[in-house]
Parts: sequence; structure tokens; C-alpha cells
Amino acid sequence: MSNLVKYRIAKSSALKIFTIFLAFVCVVPLIFILLYIIRAGITKINWHFLVNIPKPVGESGGGIANALLGSMIIIGVAALIAIPVGILGGIYLNENKKSRLAYWSRLCVDILQGVPSIVIGIVAYFWLVKPLGGFSALSGSVALAIMMLPIIIRSTEETLKLLPDSLKEAAFALGMPFHRVILKVIVPCGISGILSGVILSVARIAGETAPLLFTAFGNPYISTNITKPMQSLPLLIYNYATSPYNDWLDLAWGASLILLLWVLLLNIITKLTTRRWKVQL
Amino acid sequence: MKRNFFKSQHLLLASALLVAFSFASCSGGSGSGGGTDSTSSSSSSDALIGAGSTFDNPLFSKMFSEYNKINGLKVNYQSVGSGAGISQLTNKTVDFGASDAPMNGKQDSALAAPALHIPVTAGAVVLSYNLPEIKDTLLITPSVLADIFLGKITKWDDPKIAAINKGVKLPPTGIVIAHRSDGSGTTNIFTTYLSKVSEEWSSKVGKGSAVNWPVGLGGKGNEGVAGSVKQTPGAIGYIELAYAIQNNMAFAKIQNKSGNFITPSIASVTAAANITIPADSKISLTNTDAPDGYPISGFSWVLIYKEQKYNDRSADRATKLLKLISWVIHDGQQFSSALNYAPLSPNVVSVGDAILKSATFDGKPILQ
Amino acid sequence: MDAPVEKDMMTRSSEIPMRVINSAKASEVVNTIKRIKRSYRQIRTENVFKKTLVIIGLVMVILVFGILLTLVVESLPSIKALGLKYLWGKTWDPVQDVYGAFPFLLGTLLTSFLALIISIPFSFAVAVFLGEYYPKGWLSDFLKNTVELIAAVPSVIYGFWGLAVLVPIVRSFESKIGVEPVGVGIFSSSLILAVMIIPYAASLGRSMIQMVPSQLKEGAYSLGATRWEVIRSVIFPYTKSGLFAGVLLSLGRALGETMAVTMVIGNTSIIPKSIFAPGNTMASVIANQFTEADKPIYVSALIELGLVLFLVTVIINVIGKKIISRFTNE
Repeated sequence: MSNLVKYRIAKSSALKIFTIFLAFVCVVPLIFILLYIIRAGITKINWHFLVNIPKPVGESGGGIANALLGSMIIIGVAALIAIPVGILGGIYLNENKKSRLAYWSRLCVDILQGVPSIVIGIVAYFWLVKPLGGFSALSGSVALAIMMLPIIIRSTEETLKLLPDSLKEAAFALGMPFHRVILKVIVPCGISGILSGVILSVARIAGETAPLLFTAFGNPYISTNITKPMQSLPLLIYNYATSPYNDWLDLAWGASLILLLWVLLLNIITKLTTRRWKVQL
Repeated sequence: MKRNFFKSQHLLLASALLVAFSFASCSGGSGSGGGTDSTSSSSSSDALIGAGSTFDNPLFSKMFSEYNKINGLKVNYQSVGSGAGISQLTNKTVDFGASDAPMNGKQDSALAAPALHIPVTAGAVVLSYNLPEIKDTLLITPSVLADIFLGKITKWDDPKIAAINKGVKLPPTGIVIAHRSDGSGTTNIFTTYLSKVSEEWSSKVGKGSAVNWPVGLGGKGNEGVAGSVKQTPGAIGYIELAYAIQNNMAFAKIQNKSGNFITPSIASVTAAANITIPADSKISLTNTDAPDGYPISGFSWVLIYKEQKYNDRSADRATKLLKLISWVIHDGQQFSSALNYAPLSPNVVSVGDAILKSATFDGKPILQ
Repeated sequence: MDAPVEKDMMTRSSEIPMRVINSAKASEVVNTIKRIKRSYRQIRTENVFKKTLVIIGLVMVILVFGILLTLVVESLPSIKALGLKYLWGKTWDPVQDVYGAFPFLLGTLLTSFLALIISIPFSFAVAVFLGEYYPKGWLSDFLKNTVELIAAVPSVIYGFWGLAVLVPIVRSFESKIGVEPVGVGIFSSSLILAVMIIPYAASLGRSMIQMVPSQLKEGAYSLGATRWEVIRSVIFPYTKSGLFAGVLLSLGRALGETMAVTMVIGNTSIIPKSIFAPGNTMASVIANQFTEADKPIYVSALIELGLVLFLVTVIINVIGKKIISRFTNE
């Protein structure tokens, strides 16, 4: 082997090792964060913590049931709004690459992605809360849905773009109507990418405080009425984390850990669903 | 199987359309979202809604929980900040607001109807410092304090500080200022005080819940400031009394108007608040005349509309609200001390009573 | 492409009844009618579906213009009172009603681009590792899931961690290199941001790299290229628009990130003198001051900040789009 070849091989291996090193350095901060939150939160979590509402200052104990339930409802409603709109939006952008409306639409999705959460919160306040004269979980859900949309749309579009045209052409050749080709062939083929986009969007909004501050508002009691104020985990953490009282700080740390675990669980669920989809195909 | 797919497909289309149209309609309405007034209010009287001061939040949580045990009334108070509390009251999205600063002329004129201020508690701002070498409590005079926060005194062993703290061996460490980055009532009390005691502060910086700090680092919330102070040797910052006590932080004695160096405590705050207050209760307690009063303290107020009949509120809801506030300034005060809030003195309570009695529903007084 | 399909179905369904009547079997007639109905229904559904797609596309545009309109209307008082001075005013003093956004504009751009520069090597490394070196196996599963989790951690938790762990490290680093050791500042927030935006570029990059046709790679290998040469001369050129899109996604996230930055940036309205100095971003100013803004003009000035932030992201996105389309055209 000539020296040049040796040099090239050595360079290749060296850069491979360097790449691997860089890639695994990314893991370090996350592990630090996880350990930090687990250490601070693990001792606070028990059954009582999950099924009770927060106690006022000075009384130990209390839980985060109102925030847990509220977060689930708010995020659920947001997902109900954002998932169909987002997936259809992604399909639209993928199917209409050239039209003027699609150009503007795509641009607007990009823009939406960059709008800071607090601005969306302010806008949702002026659209829903002020005209309707009251805070509601629904207005929070709409704000969160707006934040989820660009992520779902982009991931759907990016996924569908990767699918070979032959797939679609084969389906059309069999005489399938357009909507069935899309919903029955194209979307199932890209479902793992679409689902990962959905999960990414849920993960991004699960911890958002700013859009909920002036929409869902919060509630010290358990509430399931989406036209009334509702508590959520990030709001609870935000309110209690800077308080001087240890009982409330404990609640905040416990809630932080729950929020993290929830997001983790969400990720695992997606992993399992996407795997099943892949096997089916 | 085919059938099922068909159904789900229609469902998907239908829901998508529904959502799309609802979106379009609410987007379309946004153009007029600027200055239109609210039409309907939270009419069902299952829960009273309040918003405002973060400072009041722990106390309110305790009080309202106790009130719920007695009367079964649910009160949903959210600590969104004093400024936001005032604007929520202005927009009529809440039953009451809470603020650490009385409303100013501009805010009053933004309101559709006059509002009442009812003092509910008093709190103090303490100056916490990080000087591990010093075991004695530091003494600070108003002029030195202003000079530190103006950036004119930059070292802890400055002769001006040494002159007050005789016998204390001050380190040659640089002073790092920590202040609140978020707008807060704490900042408002502190800068109001500095404006009163220092001409230069008043003209250069002024008072407000967020000011243009000449020097220093901003931290978010009490915790942000406390974190900066704890982590940075030579740091000094202002935080709420309750926060400092709960976290065992060292804080300075401040010289008051009468020349006494006062340790911040519930007693010295109550003393500061035990003065004659005007009939509308809008008074700042900073730089109090009381000889044993801590000078950097202030009231926190609940804000309600004087005329309670607005939107489609019921008389029942108005009565519940007034009874709640009346309970807060009487029986509710017993919960203050345990949470490091200063209970209201009797003369403040009587002023509060008079203000509450002036509230009306359709022109008729609500409380007798 | 779709028209022939429709036409074909129409003719088929009109032909069938003739044959059916001849055979004269009642059940078959019923079945056929059902089939015809289904065909028509499918055509109708198809039209509804296409219209829905267009409506959704329109909704996106309406949504963004709605947000823009709301922001403009709400910030009118401040625009009227302050005019263009607002943008390059260097002082932000709510007490004196002086509002200048320049320090925050600078802070936002500094933190975002610094974060981007720090994060790109890492996110590309992850993308290459997962896309090319080890697409399968438990180790890559672990890395992939962990990196995805980085995006999932709520930003307020990053803020707490930054304050508790990162800031002291930065502070000791700062005292070593001889700048004022405050810890919080532009540099700390860029580091936090860099961590937070890694997954965005990494995940898009990974899927792009995995899509590179194996014939291309195999062709390069058969010509004697080493692994690295394949990555550099085949994979990177093939995927550059995707990689760039990922970087833009990251930048978009960095620009608007609020809570984590707010907690570690130091929050002063003074123009930062170095990357270690404390500063403020537009988003952090809004988050810090919106709730306690006590004058209509103050609130309006903060919303105008939101408007500026909104416009900055629009500009960056438009530029990004232009670059992407140039890349893909080449």
C-alpha cells in the first residue's frame, strides 16, 4: 500500500472516531439534566402526589392531579385540532409543489415555526380570550395547536417527499381515486415519519408555559370543562418553582420529573407504534 | 374491513373540514381584535376568578383554600403578575385583580369604570448579600444603598461602607449587583424607596416594576436573584422577605427615616404599615415615618370595580366577591404571619372596610 | 393525472347495468347499484378531499397574516409614538417611556448564530453517525432516542439546569480567561441553545443521509474511495439542501426560544460588549416584562418587539428558502 492510501485510510478512521466522539458528547448534557431532575424529583413522587390537588403553603403533602389531568386534556384537544390539519397541510404542500398558494403556504408554515411561544400566547389571548370574555382551556389548546402545526406539516411533507413517485403511480394505475391513493397508500407508507413529527410536536408543546399563561390560565382545582380555566403541568412548575416555600418547590420538582417521564413515555410509545407499522408494510 | 376504512375516512374528512372552518372563522375575526370590548363574561358563579401579583400568591392560596373549607366557594387565583392583573381587570376577564402597586393615572383612565383598592397584606424587600468572610449583620444607610445600585460604590471595602460598619473587616471584593429581570412588585417597592431617598436615583433611573438598571445582572424571579447572590461572591441583591427567611439568606439592616437600623421582620413591616392611611388606601409604605418600621416595605392591594354590575354579572356573584374580600382582611389575616407576610393593623382594616362598603351593585351598596 | 381515472370509472359504471339486466338477477342489480353509488361517492369524496387540502393551505396563510395583523394592531400605539427610532434606539427605559430595541435585536442575533456555530458540528456528527456509520444496532438506537429526547425536554428545565450546572462552569472558565466572571450572559445562553437545537438539524440530516441511494455510495467505494471520502464527496453534496433545511429549523428554534435563555442570559438592557457579557434577547424581554407591564404604551412596545421578532424570522426564512432553492437547482 502506498503512503497516500495509508494516509487516506488513516484520515478516514480518524474522522470516524472524531464523528463518533462528537455524536456522543451530545448525550452528556441530557444525562446531566435527567440525573439532576430525577435526583430532585424522585423522592416527591408517590400515589398521593398523583391523585391529590396542591395544598396551600404551610400544609405539607398535596399533589398535582389537577395539572396532570389538565395537561392531558389541553394537549389532547390541541392534538385533535393540529394532527388532522397538520397532516392534510403536509399532504397539500407535497401534492402542490408549484402553485402560488402552495408557495405562500409553505412560507407561512416556515414562519409559524419561528414565532416565539409567548407571541402565540398573546395572539391567542386577543383572538379567543378577550372577545369571549373569559379564560378557557380551549383557547390554550388552540395556541398549542398553532405551535404544533408547523412541525407536523413539515415532517409530513418531508416524509412524503421521500416516497418514490412510482408508488403513487402504481396506485393510480390500479384506478384508485386520489384521496384513497393518499390516505391508503402514501400516508401509511410515510406513517413512521409523520408520527415522529407528531410526537416531536407534542414534545415541544408539552413543556410550553408562555402560551398557556393568558389562555388556559390555570386552576387550583380539578376541572374538566374546556370552556373554563384549567391547570397544566408547565404552569404549575412555573408558578411554584420560584416560590420561597419548600412544599411548593417539592411540588415543582416532582411535577418536572413527571413532565419528563411523560415525554419519555410518549417517545417510547411512538417507537413501538412506528415499529409495528414498519412490520406491517 | 373496507367498510370500516370508508367510515374512518369520512370521519377524518368531516373533522378536518370542521376544524379548518373553525380556524378560518377565528382567524377572520382577528382583524377586529384590536380594541373591541368584551361582550359576555364568565357568568356562571361556580368559581371566582382573580389574577395578578405573584407576591400575594402563596398567601392567597392558603386563604382561599381555608375559605373553600368554610364556605365551599372556589376561588381560582393565578399569579400572572401585577401589571397583567390590572390589564385583566381592565379587559373584564377576571372578578378581581391584585397588585403590589396602586394603579396610576394612565391605568385608571384605561378602565371603563372606577376601581377600588383594598389593602390585603404587606410585605418587605430585603437586601441579601454574599460575603462569606463577614459574620456580623451588615448595616446599610439609604445613601450608600443608592450609591451601590447606581454603580458609584464598586468595592465592599469602600470607606463609605466602612464608616457605617465600624469594627467589621470588609473584604476588597468587587460588588456585583443582582436585580430582578422580570417586571415585579418587588422591584417596584425597591425602586420607589430608592427614588424617595436619592435625588440622583429619582432623576436617573426612577421607579417602576421594570427599570433601566445602570449596573448589574438580571435574574428571573426571586430564585434567579437568589441564585446569582448565592453563586457570586461579593454579590448583593434584593429579594422578598419570605424568600430570604425560608432560604436562610443573610440580609442587611437598613437605616430608616428616624435613623434606626432596622432588621426586616414581620413585626417591623407591620410597624411600617401602622400609620394613618388615606381613605382610598393608595399609599406607599416605603421610607415610613414609623420609628421602628422597616423602610423598604409596601402594601399589596386587591382591585375590584366599584360598580359590580357589568357584563352579565349576577348580584349573587358580586356579593360572594365582596364577602370573600371582607373575610380576607378580617379572619384571613390570621394566616399571614406563618407565611412571613405582615398582618394588617386595625386602622388599615377599618379603612379597608370603608372602601368595601362603597362598592355597589346597580347603584345599591352590597355590604351593609 | 386524475382525470382519466374518473372518466374510466364513469364509463365502467354506465356499461355495467346493460349486462346486469340481461342476467336478470335481483341481487346482482342491487350490488351493481351499490357499486355505482360508491363510485359516485368516491368522486364526490375526491373533490371534497382536494378542496379540503386547498382550504388547509389557505388556512396557513390566513393564520400567519392573522398573527401579523393582530401584532400590528396591538403595537400601533407604540409605532405611532416612537416611529422608526424604536429599531435603533439604544436605551430601553420603561420608566421614562424610552423604548429602543437595538440591544435586544443584537442579543438575539448573537445568541442564535453563536448557538448555531456551536451546534452544527455536533448535529452533523450525529446525523452522519446514525445515517451512515451505524444506522442499526443498540448503540445507534440509544443515541437516536437520546438525541430525540433532547428536543423533548421542556425549555424551562433547560433553564434550571443551566442556572444550576452550566453557569458555574462558565463562570470558572471566565475567571480563567480573565473576563469578568459573572457566569450568566450571551455565552451561557448560546451553549444552552446549542444543546437544545442539536436534534432539529440532526434528525433531518439523518433521514436525508439514509436516503442517499446505495448505488451512488457503492459506485464511489468501487472506485476506491474511503468511508470519509464517500461521506464528503457523495453524501454531503447529495444531502446539502436537507442538511441546510435542518440548520434553518435549528435557527428558527434558537431565535424564538424564550424560557431557557431568559434564565441564563443575565437580562440587562445594556448593549453587550463581548460574548461573555450579559444581554437580553427579544423573546426574553417579552417573557420578563410582559406580565408586569403597567402602561398601555409599554405593553404595546413589548408587542412591537414580538412583531419585530416575527418579521426577523420571516426574513430569515425567506433568505433560507432562496438558498435552498438555489442549492436544489444546481
